[in-house]
Amino acid sequence: MSVENGIGAPVRRKEDQRFITGNGHYLDDMNKVGQAYGYFLRSPHAFAKIKGIDLNAAKAAPGVVDIFTGQDMVADGIGGLICGWGITSKDGTPHKAPPHNSLAVDAVRHVGDQVAFVVAETLQQAKDAAELIEVDYEPLTPVTNIAKALAPGAPQIHEEAPGNLCFDWELGDKAATDTAFAKAAHVTKLDLVNNRLSPNPMEPRAALGDYDAGTGELTLYTTSQNPHVARLIMSAFLAIAPENKLRVVAPDVGGGFGSKIFVYAEETTTIWAAKKVNRPVKWTSDRSEAFLTDAHGRDHVTHAELATDADGKILGFKVSTKANMGAYLSTFASAVPTYLYGTLLSGQYKIPSIYCEVQAGFTNTTAVDAYRGAGRPEATYVVERIMDTAARDLNMDPTEFRLKNFIPSDAYPYETPVIMTYDAGDYATAMNMAKDMIDYSGFTARKAKSEANGKLRGIGSAAYIEACGIAPSAAVGSLGAGVGLWESAEVRFNPTGSVTVFTGSHSHGQGHETTFAQIISDKLGVDINSVEVVHGDTDKVPFGMGTYGSRSLAVGGSAIVKAVDKIVEKSKKIAAHLMEASVEDIEHEHGVFSVAGTDKKLTMGEIAFAAYVPHNYPADLEPGMAENAFYDPLNFTFPAGTHIAEVEIDPATGVVEIVDWAAADDFGNIINPMIVEGQVHGGVAQGIGQALLEGVQYDEESGQLLTGSYMDYCMPRADNLPSFRIATTNTPCPSNPLGVKGCGEAGAIAAPAALMNAIVNAIGRDIDMPATPEKVWRAINTH
Amino acid sequence: MYSFDYERPSGVNEAASALGEDDKFLAGGQTLLPTLKLRLSQVDKLVDLGAIGELKGIAKSGSELTIGAMTTHVTVANSGDVKSAIPALGSLAAHIGDAQVRNRGTIGGSIANNDPAADYPAALVALGATVHTNKRSISAEDFFVDLFETALEDDELVTKVSFPIPEKAGYAKFPNPASRFALVGVFVAKTASGVRVAVTGAGPSVFRQSDMEAALGSNFAADAVSGIKTDASGLNSDIHASADYRSHLISVMAARAVTAAG
Ligand SMILES: Cc1cc2nc3c(=O)[nH]c(=O)nc-3n(C[C@H](O)[C@H](O)[C@H](O)COP(=O)(O)OP(=O)(O)OC[C@H]3O[C@@H](n4cnc5c(N)ncnc54)[C@H](O)[C@@H]3O)c2cc1C
Repeated sequence: MSVENGIGAPVRRKEDQRFITGNGHYLDDMNKVGQAYGYFLRSPHAFAKIKGIDLNAAKAAPGVVDIFTGQDMVADGIGGLICGWGITSKDGTPHKAPPHNSLAVDAVRHVGDQVAFVVAETLQQAKDAAELIEVDYEPLTPVTNIAKALAPGAPQIHEEAPGNLCFDWELGDKAATDTAFAKAAHVTKLDLVNNRLSPNPMEPRAALGDYDAGTGELTLYTTSQNPHVARLIMSAFLAIAPENKLRVVAPDVGGGFGSKIFVYAEETTTIWAAKKVNRPVKWTSDRSEAFLTDAHGRDHVTHAELATDADGKILGFKVSTKANMGAYLSTFASAVPTYLYGTLLSGQYKIPSIYCEVQAGFTNTTAVDAYRGAGRPEATYVVERIMDTAARDLNMDPTEFRLKNFIPSDAYPYETPVIMTYDAGDYATAMNMAKDMIDYSGFTARKAKSEANGKLRGIGSAAYIEACGIAPSAAVGSLGAGVGLWESAEVRFNPTGSVTVFTGSHSHGQGHETTFAQIISDKLGVDINSVEVVHGDTDKVPFGMGTYGSRSLAVGGSAIVKAVDKIVEKSKKIAAHLMEASVEDIEHEHGVFSVAGTDKKLTMGEIAFAAYVPHNYPADLEPGMAENAFYDPLNFTFPAGTHIAEVEIDPATGVVEIVDWAAADDFGNIINPMIVEGQVHGGVAQGIGQALLEGVQYDEESGQLLTGSYMDYCMPRADNLPSFRIATTNTPCPSNPLGVKGCGEAGAIAAPAALMNAIVNAIGRDIDMPATPEKVWRAINTH
Repeated sequence: MYSFDYERPSGVNEAASALGEDDKFLAGGQTLLPTLKLRLSQVDKLVDLGAIGELKGIAKSGSELTIGAMTTHVTVANSGDVKSAIPALGSLAAHIGDAQVRNRGTIGGSIANNDPAADYPAALVALGATVHTNKRSISAEDFFVDLFETALEDDELVTKVSFPIPEKAGYAKFPNPASRFALVGVFVAKTASGVRVAVTGAGPSVFRQSDMEAALGSNFAADAVSGIKTDASGLNSDIHASADYRSHLISVMAARAVTAAG
């Protein structure tokens, strides 16, 4: 028996009605009585000492309520922003996390660094007053490039981090890897740059702070992917208010891609200032500020070497990466180029030995942290680019080379040399499926046709794997995480049979309101329109860890299933009592409770009603029908698959046209195939953006951001994208009750490597991302 | 945005006399409003030209096409007169920016702004157009002076542009991938007075490529220009394209413009 709108149905997203009719509740739509407006004065310099700040003229300007500097926050006992994941260097020392005040105290370290916060009656007045603030800067020489920042003699950005080094980390067995390389018949070497990206969610960040002088409670409405974590950090480390006096609400949030995980200076300053001025204060980022301050992604420089034997079997893999952390260490920055990166360097392959080292450093740039995929796109890019390069060196078809080295489907659980235990997978099936979808064998003929038209044609694949469902608390704790990464849920029946589900995860575009409702509908037989999903308010939902790392369904969904199991267990007792049977004889399916071997049955709605109106009720049972659960995953989940891209290039201009795309992904069981397809489309679009169009650039001399608007930062548009061929192979995940793996990041992880491999295949030379027309044209013409 | 006054006159003379020293005319606002919003420019008053009926519209006489200054890009793109007289001009307008920009942006605003990467300047120069103002008529070549600089005086406003109808014309644009303005755009026109080739996007302001004009004058074919190089010194170089690449693109786009002209 299957349920309408249950698991597996392509249900239209319930939330879209309000989004597309302009009835969403985004932060900038919210206003409070008596609200004032905040505006940040930001540093025009990439690196400078602050010798003095004169606020006199500004404070006297019309409409100004108050103006705050870093000294004011320090004097008020407000702590700095933190990084929640501790990395240990090779020499056993902890990573360097220099002070990170919400408002600069004695120096600014990137263009856009917060210098003062003006609160005024109107935004215009706040901006006018900000122009009257006189800051006495002593400009210093900046450094923006990570290789240069880590080189001897570079400008010293933080006293606490000599040589600008944050950490020098390693993973894997160096000696074993060196031995493998000594035996190799062939060694392939590759240098790669993983370009820095700006996250660009459609809704910019915003914060609205509200202080209740009567209760002493502070409420921060903010654009967060994880409001409880924001509350925890603001309370425990910044001492803005105790957790019980601090409420964080993240209403409808218009995209995040990771950038809204982090606790930012603007949000902490806004809520603190609201208490200082005893009025609601609102700050909304404009797009220029978003480019300057939303945490960026990627920015790696890598050297990799792959050792193979005479038969084309991989023997060992060595990776050395320099990772740019930006000017300060953001909330989860240190985990991204380490445990979300080095641990995935085995890819889908049986590699006997791997050694990886990562040096992370500070530069005078915006902080870098997790961005869709976070570490895993960087790992996939290194692995999958060198797989193609090695195949070329070995004169093998790149897909054959991969098939030869895949972890066989009977090898699970498979322990990699980089501390992951893959639980299930079937890599060859996905690769062969993608090859069929794109007619891989017909490529030679298509290439000949393109050549006859004066065009170059290339095909490239990427067989990616990611670790999602973040994450088993004990495992991440042993690796340095400052938090556990379980998730919470409450399933609450109302007396009339409708259900409210409270989740600690957060939806900012993913469609939780639909997917989670489908689970309830399926398991408990409740009409999908009678299920409400509540998230994003620390006063409403139990403590939760939020949404990132494709964890909402695998971890948050599993918590919901656990709560549902408790509901079913309790309902069986009530059903047994009402139908005068023993609990062991009660059978349950999709919300119908029946007595085995009879036609007696009760629906979930009837039982919920009985629980709230317990006139005839088991004596030893509590009334009511609401259960909560916390779920700590047993393992990561391992979505994997193959994407294949086909391109045609105009050699006269270097313009790359993506002519075809096939994606065969293994996401385990699927709750809503339509939502999954949407996630793949979006992820691939962002991956294509990285490979072809996007890239944050700084002027190396002045440290100014050169790509500070859409006139210069190139986002993918519909006409840059092909029509996608999408399919899934579903190997259920053995470690969680839904058998799901997560799909939110896969596209962004697979796409850059697949597309760059296709371009390199077409032009016969390595080039770095983004493959802009000029770069491609030069590569073609410098043979 | 700083605060400013706003006026919306209904005639050209009123508009000209309403304009004070620190004031600006407002056309479609697609360039002006973003710079005001970002506080990159400040005005005492905006004089909105939107209510002046005589600045709008397209007219075709025997040998001339005239477009009012306040005519939007979408109107030019969809005009039957433009399509029949100078189809290349209609297709140029159809590829400016995006639908929102084309619905608001105007030919007068575009040429008065003289963005080095704007499309219209190439068309005006190649077609030998005349810019009419409330004071005089100026040949297109004299009108576009330098980077964001035109021959317009402070209180002078563009009223219309007249184009001689060419024998044939073609435009090829290589868009900047981010902004979609012209990284390089080449407009080629064959008129009674000869062939003209105008290049936008590549230099500080639109310019004519005389070697190509000479080559096309004797042989109006793509092959005639594809090998002709443009000196890269003096061309723009930025994060999107080097001067060398722009120089190369001029040859490629010129050939494609000739092909498009048919
Ligand atoms: C996203 C985007 C993409 C774009 N892409 C392109 C593109 O691909 N190609 C392209 O060519 N352009 C492009 N543009 C620019 C667009 O064409 C603008 O419409 C044009 O540059 C300005 O026209 P406007 O009518 O909006 O003028 P406004 O912005 O109102 O005014 C511009 C300037 O001209 C002055 N002015 C306006 N009208 C007159 C007049 N009649 N007489 C004297 N002075 C006047 C104003 O005072 C102001 O200084 C783009 C713009 C945007 C926002």
